[in-house]
Formats: sequence, C-alpha cells, structure tokens
Amino acid sequence: MPRAESRGYEAIEEEENLKLFASSRLAQVLGRILVLASVLVFSGPNVQKQFSVYSKAANYSVAVVERNGTDYLGLLELLEPLGAVSARQNGDHWKLRYNDVESEFVRGQTRTRIRGNDFNLPGSFVLENGRGLVPILSLSTLLPQILGGPMTLNLFGRRLFIGDVAIHFTAVVVKTDPPTLVMNFGNPVNPMIATEPGKLEMVFTHDAVVAPGSQTLTFDSQAIPSATFEEGNGVAKLMVTTTVPAMASFSNDGRTITVTPASTPLVAAHAPPSGPPALPATVPPVVASRQPGAPVRQRVFAVIDPAHGGDERGAALTDQLQEKDVTLAFARQLRELLGGRGLSAWLERDGDLTLSLDQRAAMSNASGAALYIAVHATSESNGVRLYTALLPSGGPNQGWFLDWDTAQTAFEGLSRTTAASVASGLESQQVSVRNLSAPLRPLNNVVTAAFAIEIGPESDDITQLSSPQYQERLAEAVVSGVAEVRDQLEARRK
Amino acid sequence: MIPRHLIIAVVVLGVMALGMSVYVWRMRGRVARTEASTPNTQPVARPAAGPSEQVTLYVAYDEGGMLRPQAARIPLPSGRQERAEELLRALVDIYLGKSSPHVLGTGSEIRGVYLADPGLVVIDLNAAFANGHRSGVLVEELTLASLVATLSANIPAITQVKILVDGKERESLAGHVDLTAFYDVSRVNQLVTQLAAEP
Repeated sequence: MPRAESRGYEAIEEEENLKLFASSRLAQVLGRILVLASVLVFSGPNVQKQFSVYSKAANYSVAVVERNGTDYLGLLELLEPLGAVSARQNGDHWKLRYNDVESEFVRGQTRTRIRGNDFNLPGSFVLENGRGLVPILSLSTLLPQILGGPMTLNLFGRRLFIGDVAIHFTAVVVKTDPPTLVMNFGNPVNPMIATEPGKLEMVFTHDAVVAPGSQTLTFDSQAIPSATFEEGNGVAKLMVTTTVPAMASFSNDGRTITVTPASTPLVAAHAPPSGPPALPATVPPVVASRQPGAPVRQRVFAVIDPAHGGDERGAALTDQLQEKDVTLAFARQLRELLGGRGLSAWLERDGDLTLSLDQRAAMSNASGAALYIAVHATSESNGVRLYTALLPSGGPNQGWFLDWDTAQTAFEGLSRTTAASVASGLESQQVSVRNLSAPLRPLNNVVTAAFAIEIGPESDDITQLSSPQYQERLAEAVVSGVAEVRDQLEARRK
Repeated sequence: MIPRHLIIAVVVLGVMALGMSVYVWRMRGRVARTEASTPNTQPVARPAAGPSEQVTLYVAYDEGGMLRPQAARIPLPSGRQERAEELLRALVDIYLGKSSPHVLGTGSEIRGVYLADPGLVVIDLNAAFANGHRSGVLVEELTLASLVATLSANIPAITQVKILVDGKERESLAGHVDLTAFYDVSRVNQLVTQLAAEP
C-alpha cells in the first residue's frame, strides 16, 4: 500500500476513533445525568440506613454509615450481640477478637487477615476514633470466616439471617362476608402496621420474615386482590392491596394476622410522630375461632391499661415502690372484679413490659372494646382522681380516617358520663374522688369511651397503695360505677 | 567521715524534691490559667426593665390540688414577648421560693417565651424544670395549667400554647402530662376552672 494512502486510512481511522470516543463520552455523561436524576426523583425522604441481623441470640439493627460514597458498618456493633467481642487499636492496625477468632485490619487497606488467612475487601477499611468500619459488600467475605456456621446474607435488602431463623408465612383469603385475608407465620411476629386508602402496609423490622414463593401474591377477591412482599433497608414489607378500608388484628399469640374490611372508622396511622402504631405480640386474640364461612368475633368489654412498665417505671412512690407495679396490681384487681360481673376485660400488659403510648392506643382501638381504662398511681395526693381527655389542637379527619390526636372527640361525652358514674361509685364507698380533664395520652387517641384513674393513698401512709385490701375496695367501687353505664357503653360499640 | 552512699542519697533526694517543687509550681499556674479561661455557663437572670404593673398569676397549690388566681405587682417591659417571659419567671420564682405552694426542682427556669403565629405561644423550659419535676398526673397538670392560665390572663389574643424543653419537643413533663401537643387555650381554661373549684 502506498505511504500516502496508508496515512489517509490512519487519519480516517483516527477520526472515527475520536467520534466513537466522543459519543461514548456523551453517553457516559448522559448516563450519569440520568442516574443522578433517578436518584433525586426516587430517593424520597432522607431515611436512616440500617442493616438488620436475625439470629437465635438476638434480632437487631445496626446503623449504616456512608464513607466515600460506599455503605459501611461498624464491625464491633455488628458482632457485639452475637458473642464475646473485643477490639484493640495499635496505630493504623485494628485487631478484633470474636469468641476465639482473631482478625486484623489496617486503616485505608483492603487486605485483611482472619484466622491467619489473608482476604481482600471490596473497599478499604476505615478506622475512626477506635471504631472499625467495613464496607457492607465485604460482609459476604468476612462473616463466614468470623462467625462460621450457616447464614444467609441478603445484601440488597441489608438483612442477615444467621442459622435457621427465617420465618415463612402463608396467606389465603377466606371467602366469608366480608372476605378476610388470613396470614399464618411460622413464629410470632410484631410488625408496624399502617393503613391508607387502598393499602395496608406491614413493616417487619425485627422479625426474620422471608419472601414467600412469589414476590406478588394474588387472591381471588375483589376486596383484597393482592399482596406484595419487598425487602430493603433492613426491613421486610408486606403491602396488602385493598379496595375497601381494612384493619389488621392479631391472634394465635401473634402467629396469625387477619386483615378484615373495617366496619368502623379507622384511626389515621400517619399521625403519631414515632410512626404508625405497632401491635406487640401480646395483643390478645380478637378472633376466638375462625372457620371458613363462619367467622366469630369475640370482643372484650373493657381494655385496662396499667400505665408505665418495663424501662419506664413511672413515679417512684417510695424507695421500693414503683408506680408501674402498683398500676399492674390494681389493673389485675379490676380485671378480676369486672369478670365477676360478666364484663370481660383484658390487660394491655400483664407483666413488666415496655409499651409506647401509640401502641397502647392502637391495641385498644384494634380490640373494639366498649371501654378503655388507664391506671396510674401517685404518692403526691390522697384519694382518687378520674381523668377524661383534654383534647389538644388537632387536624381534620379525612374520610374514613380520624385525626390521631383528637380521635377521642366523638366519645368525649360518653367518657365523661362513665367517669361521673365511677366517681359516684367511689363516693358511695366514702372514697375522696375528683373528676378532671387531663392532657394525658393516650386518652385522646382512643376511639371508645375512655378514662384514667389515678389512685393515691387515703392518708399519708403511701404503703397503702400496695395493699390488696385497699386496692380491692377501690376496684369494687370502680367496677360498680362501670356496671351502672354498661348498657350505654355497649350501645355505642359497633 | 560521711559515707559516700549517704551523700549520693541525700543529693538524689534533694534533686527529686526540687524537681517536684518545680512541677507543682507549674501545675498550679496551669490550673489557674484554665480556670480563668473557662466561661461561666450559669444563666444570669435578666433584669426586667419597666414600670411595675399589676398582673394576675395563676398559682398552683399542691394542698388540695388547686389553682388560684393571685394578684401581684412586677416590673414588666413594654415588648409583648418580654412581658410574657417576665410573667412566667415571676410565677416560677414563687414556686422556687421557701414557702412554695407547688415545689419545682432546683434550677427550674423559663428559657424563653416566643410568640410565633398569631395566637401561638411557645414556652421553652430548661431541662432542670422537666427533669426535676415531680411525677404524677395532677401535679404535672397543675404546672401546665398554671403556666398557660397566667399567660392567657395577661397577654391578650393567645389561642394556642406549645411547650418545649431545652428547645426540643419532649413526650411528657415528668411521665404523664403530654408535651407533644399544641394546646387550645380555651380548653386549658376549662381545666383551670375545674382546678379552681374546691375538690
């Protein structure tokens, strides 16, 4: 080939290469803009990233931090609940000991040594104030070496299952009138439940619920046509699509969740600042027996809420006597005496359990009880005080959904009537009593007649608060007052 | 003749004593400098300027669990917001006094009162106020009603009240009375009427 002709081909080739390079650069830039736009559009509100671990020892979540655009986890926080773990920093070197396994990491390095063997991490190790951070992507390499044993790591969903802990479930629509969706889980579950028009969402944070055979379940029902399972950011979500407002109830010790079309107004779940109310596994069964074609709802007459409990002890009545213990003892007396008059009652906590105020309200609302009684105790004043809700400023109700802060509004009158009747019962027993309103949650969130009772000692002898005789005397008077308005309470219950 | 090892020991001890003296002297100077440079974080009560005016304070009485209006003369500045702060500080002073009818925890203070939207007042309490407050429904609601009623009686056109602690929202005052809500003054005034009645 002549030299000039050869130079001509080279020039054309170079020009084509330049064009190719330019177009590929353009494609890259466009691609980046597209990715950025997608991130901006689909990112939504800034949600704290988390990674959840499910094991026989504990189910927990660890915060995910971002370093250099990569998601990292604190290795010590991740392993601490699982076994004996310690870490020691020596300059840029960070030595970790988990049970008998030694590992060594170096700041800024991808190379690490576990059980004497070298491994490469997909990102460099970060050491911050003695805290060792590893990229999430490295967990599939690190954890089998450190923990040993079988495990399932869902990197996309940021969920780690150690051992045989996965909870499987089945879902079927029972064609009753109205049709109900019955979900049976392998173990008790405690999801957060939120409802909005056309959707009922269950979020499983600390339950190792795993996907059924298919991500989308379809049902032969117009009211409940489908359900979708999703995993992401350390949680599993089950979204039930509904064409009518629906509510969920627990039974079988938290192993069964039943989604039923609601027959009464729902309380908006968006309002509580801490998120939608979660129903703990201790929720008593509201479905006593369920057979296809013959659903039977057995509802309690009264829900008794012994205030405080668990981490939250309430007032320190004496050095030894805590409010949470007195409220529980008194609530048990109330339950027994109500039961003696044929008025079924259950306790929101029947032990030393921590419950949030939103949970307490949600449990009462889900029960469909005719009466909610919150129990408090004090050493600050004598006798008994009865409180009905002092409602705060609230937002408007939206269709089927009541404003959470003022959900009690429709029952204010009946609550006051009930409290007045109880006051009469106490006065007839020569107990000093006062009827007041109070900004005391969750009275304002409860969708039934509701009052709180605060019991104090008759005299300055505070130990009287723990006296079964004194408690029984007060409880009998309360129950006689409640029994007086039983018919009115039942009439308002739908 | 003095043995040589004794001389050495005395010299060594002397050097050590001298060294220790120098070290202690330097440490003393450093502590003095540190103390001088540490800012005093104790809040200083702002002197109220303005002529004395007659106001109505709603004072809580634990004895009987009541709220009673009480006339008082206090110096009030001209600004609406400053007046609101001085009113509540005068009320808290009563509760912190020796013959307090409704004892608050030591160090309880009103950090500020802010008139936000038309009709909305935000009361900011300090952490000691909430942390040192006694726990109980009645005792907590007496405090809340006392603060709201005092403002409502002396500052016209207040319709809503929100209470913060150290500038942040808190679930309750001391385990009972809800602090997450915005309170309608008209509803709190109904409570004030209940609390003013003899039990």
